[in-house]
Amino acid sequence: MASSSIRASLNRPTVEHADQTPLMKRLFGETPDAWGFVLPSVVIILGLSIVPMIWSLILSMQSSDLVTPARWLGLTNYRVLSHDPAFRAAVIHTLVYTVLFVPLSIAGGLGLALMLNRRIRFIGLYRTMVFVPFVISAAAQGVLFSFIFDAHFGIANAILSWFGVGPQGFFADSNQALLLLVLIGLWSGLGFCVVVYLAGLQDIQQELLEAAAIDGARAWGTFRYVVWPALRPVTIFLAIWETLQALQLFDLVFVTTRGGPLESTTVIVFFVWNQAFQLFNAGYGAAAAYVLAFTLLIVSIGLRFARRNQTEEVGG
Amino acid sequence: MTMQLMGREPRRRFLPFSPWHLVLLPVSLIFALPLFWLALSSFMTNAQINRFPPTIIPNSLHLDGYRYVLNNALFPRWFLNSVIVSVVVVFGNLVFGSLAGYAFARMRFRGSKILLTLMLGTLVIPFQITMIPTFLLMKYLGVIDTLGALIVPSLVTPFAVFLLRQFFLSLPREIEEAAWMDGCSRLRTLWVIVLPLARPALGTVAVLTFLTTWNDLAWPLIAINNDHNYTLQLGLTTFQGQHRTQWAAVMAGNMITVLPVLIAFLAAQRTFIQSLTSSGVKG
Repeated sequence: MASSSIRASLNRPTVEHADQTPLMKRLFGETPDAWGFVLPSVVIILGLSIVPMIWSLILSMQSSDLVTPARWLGLTNYRVLSHDPAFRAAVIHTLVYTVLFVPLSIAGGLGLALMLNRRIRFIGLYRTMVFVPFVISAAAQGVLFSFIFDAHFGIANAILSWFGVGPQGFFADSNQALLLLVLIGLWSGLGFCVVVYLAGLQDIQQELLEAAAIDGARAWGTFRYVVWPALRPVTIFLAIWETLQALQLFDLVFVTTRGGPLESTTVIVFFVWNQAFQLFNAGYGAAAAYVLAFTLLIVSIGLRFARRNQTEEVGG
Repeated sequence: MTMQLMGREPRRRFLPFSPWHLVLLPVSLIFALPLFWLALSSFMTNAQINRFPPTIIPNSLHLDGYRYVLNNALFPRWFLNSVIVSVVVVFGNLVFGSLAGYAFARMRFRGSKILLTLMLGTLVIPFQITMIPTFLLMKYLGVIDTLGALIVPSLVTPFAVFLLRQFFLSLPREIEEAAWMDGCSRLRTLWVIVLPLARPALGTVAVLTFLTTWNDLAWPLIAINNDHNYTLQLGLTTFQGQHRTQWAAVMAGNMITVLPVLIAFLAAQRTFIQSLTSSGVKG
């Protein structure tokens, strides 16, 4: 315990010496040099997040083209936004994508993780193959799948023709483009869910499973009453994470469809980018971004609340 | 460690191998085949690619695409830009992340709690909210449309600071205290004693920072206009738009874009996956 007393003497000036502490220490705490350590990070991280966040809020109440001086509008941007059919379409597309993508990610990720959670030959290879698309950039995915799903000579149509299915429009078809984006999102995103679920599965105590087996539980019973409840924190984490990812979809849309065909894949972030950097309605774009950010906040608070309730249930 | 979720071992074996291979092989092929097709088509000629139905296994492989990309386009330049940005950003995160992480872990100073909470809070600020003012800020700083605009905002991330802080907290304090007693400065203690012990955490930060920086598209798209300053991701996207008929070259360019992360991933797969799960689930 000698070390703890050294620690105490190093870090805490004793009370009777407090009035003798130099001014620097009284102003900046016991280790004023610590400010030197944190300053670059503080300036960059806070300066490039909190400042822009407030700036963006002000911008959302202005009319600004990023070049000429802005004009104050108050809440007009938000009012216009609520009647804008293009924004409404963007919200709907984002929600459709999210509603399809998140449950499929969770179900697919869990299913694959259960399959991959066994000791057989080549299992490492299978896991690598499932995960590897996760490291591929959205740009590369977009270019690759534009090629694969090319309506004229893409290999996807060739494969479909083996099964007697006629040629599809894919990204050129406004009914299919958004679904295709979900599919590509799953291809690249499932690996992450699998890896997180595998880690969760490995944390389940072996005794629980053995106890279930002794009690005569079958596979489904073990899953339903032991594995699934134990994985709930992981599932909630993934639900939050994947929802935030889905609501912020942009890169893949930009590379594959640029919002088309017939505006069928304009998602919210694409709408924001288009307004701010293509049409130079920065104030309007900022307002749209704030609507989305507010939604994200509600989603994460809501789900985190669910998580807290869950842990209390388990703990108590 | 591994458990058999789906009950017991089959009593009789109908196959000389586990029946799970029959499911797992096709499933994992679905994930791998698009990348296989990417690699294969990058070695085909435009004539081979433009045939329909496509030749699945081409009878000859060519380097036309790579030759085109390396000679006629700005690809080598974009590659260099991506390397510069990624290396500087990774380095910045290691240096500034270590400094700040160490201060938050081991030093007491006015405002440390508030600062830490604020930094943690910035993790939830979505990119689309900050992107317009960040663009304006970089414009006022005079770095917009240069590589500086890509480097400065990512030079240190809250993720790096937190991950390193958590790791430093987990190290035993006694060794550092001995160093302080011997008159070693904080900075020297960090450099000589702490950082060598923190290699796994530094590795995690480096790997994940490299991945996100190398793969980023949205910010370069906003910040860069001059095609000499494109990163590979932005360059590839533009290149595809301009060369719609030259799929061989586009796929060769795509291979060049993907290969560095692919190699990094395959070389350090274990670290990689552990980084992701530890920063995701436990963080």
